Amino acid sequence: MPPDATQQSLRDPDALARATWALAAVVVLWPLLLVAEFRPADLFDTRNLKVMGGFLGQFFPPNLNGEFLGLALRATVETLAMATAGIALAALLAAPLGLALSHSLSISRIGPGPGRARGEALRALTRLLLLALRGIPEIVWALLLVRAFGLGPAAGVLAIAVTYGGMLGKVYSEILESGDTRPARVLLESGSGRLMAFFYGLLPGSAQELASYTVYRWECAVRASVIMGFVGAGGLGQLMDQSMKMLNGGEVSTILIIFLLLVLLADAISGAVRRALA
Amino acid sequence: MSATTLAERRGALGICVYCWGAIACLLAVVWASFAYLALDVSRLFTRESAGYMLDFIARFFPPDLSAAFLRRIAQGTLETLAISAVGTLLAALAGLLLALPASGRLGPVFKAVTRFALNFLRSVPELVWAALMVLAAGLGPFAGTLALALHTSGVLGRLFAESLENAPPEPARALVESGAAPALAFVYATLPLITPQLIAYSLYRWEMNIRMATVLGFVGAGGLGQMLYYELSLLHEPQACTVIIAMLALVVVVDAVSAWVRRRQMRPAG
Repeated sequence: MPPDATQQSLRDPDALARATWALAAVVVLWPLLLVAEFRPADLFDTRNLKVMGGFLGQFFPPNLNGEFLGLALRATVETLAMATAGIALAALLAAPLGLALSHSLSISRIGPGPGRARGEALRALTRLLLLALRGIPEIVWALLLVRAFGLGPAAGVLAIAVTYGGMLGKVYSEILESGDTRPARVLLESGSGRLMAFFYGLLPGSAQELASYTVYRWECAVRASVIMGFVGAGGLGQLMDQSMKMLNGGEVSTILIIFLLLVLLADAISGAVRRALA
Repeated sequence: MSATTLAERRGALGICVYCWGAIACLLAVVWASFAYLALDVSRLFTRESAGYMLDFIARFFPPDLSAAFLRRIAQGTLETLAISAVGTLLAALAGLLLALPASGRLGPVFKAVTRFALNFLRSVPELVWAALMVLAAGLGPFAGTLALALHTSGVLGRLFAESLENAPPEPARALVESGAAPALAFVYATLPLITPQLIAYSLYRWEMNIRMATVLGFVGAGGLGQMLYYELSLLHEPQACTVIIAMLALVVVVDAVSAWVRRRQMRPAG
């Protein structure tokens, strides 16, 4: 075998394509790095290093002082209560919207009738409202509501109610449409009202799925209510925000540990409830 | 009526005793939550508070649509997209590096240690990472990028490790047995098999990170969130309204694009 051929056989047959892709990626990436102010050297800036080093140094040991633990425990219960109250309000908000949006309860769908255009307009409006409710992140709602209701858990509860109301409403209507809709249709065709058709025709078949999804969203709301404290909406997040602003590493590490335990607890509760429902 | 059994009577009630108990428990928990927070929901629906809310909402309208402000919005949106893209890319690289030990290729000790690290990275929420990174790297989009990268590398590392574990080992073994170095065997035999999966996971997380990047600015980590926080602090409600509309539009567009891409992928080729 001539040395030339060995050289040839060891070359990556795809080299040209790979090089082109890599070059294209760099060309696209470069402006993005500039916009994102990607400067890793900042991390090693002596001033930043000193602040961060001092802060992280305090993480061990975590602050287990009785007074602070009491404060953190109250904030934890507050977080759980915020999530529960928020999801309860969200379900109250979502139920009528989900019913309005669902096609399974549409009387005008059964046959041509006068209410068709009005019904479709109402559904389009509901869809738009739900999109706006859930499209704006919960923490933005919290930031706005803190301005309207002042610092504290009320803003957090309402922020969860609004965002999760939007999510639940959309999913409720989808659940009601995806199950067996024939009983409801028979009831509607024989002249029952929409609400009765829902209670006797749709709810028995889909109650379990509706409840299970609501519990899953409660689990998400627990995480969200921790975060919302950062804009002043009460709970564990607000405590963490305060400790961080004072650069108190011991307190922050205690709160982080509690937070991780809380998420595990919410996971376990929601898993157990959903298994019981199944 | 002696013929009716208990079961029949329960059936007539339409719902079981156990379910009523569960519902009662649920109501008690919800009531306790409202009581603990000392929330009086009925107070929200008084005429006075309704008027106050309407006043509050009215201050946000009309949104500021002047050309100068819209340019700043465009810049903020671009910054948000850049934060999410660079953050996700860094996370994909770090995730792949961490996935190697986490998939058990370097022995059980490394596997346990990296799995723990990945779980930790993943369990701390993005916003908490952002607050920490603002301390480490200063205010600005770089902190947001790092925060997204840290959280997402936990998520992607775990997913990538699972992909690696499930990849068929035969092609790599064939290369190693014919004399290739293990690293080269990995690059040419294992990686190409899982690349489509890695890309799919990364794109999915990018989509979530765009949404997240819009709010990381609340702790000073750049993007649209920082603009919103700033304008609201100065009580510039019309400007804040424009930022919120931009956030909503960004989320809707990302949702639509991702749904479109997914539909195209689902369609059989040809």
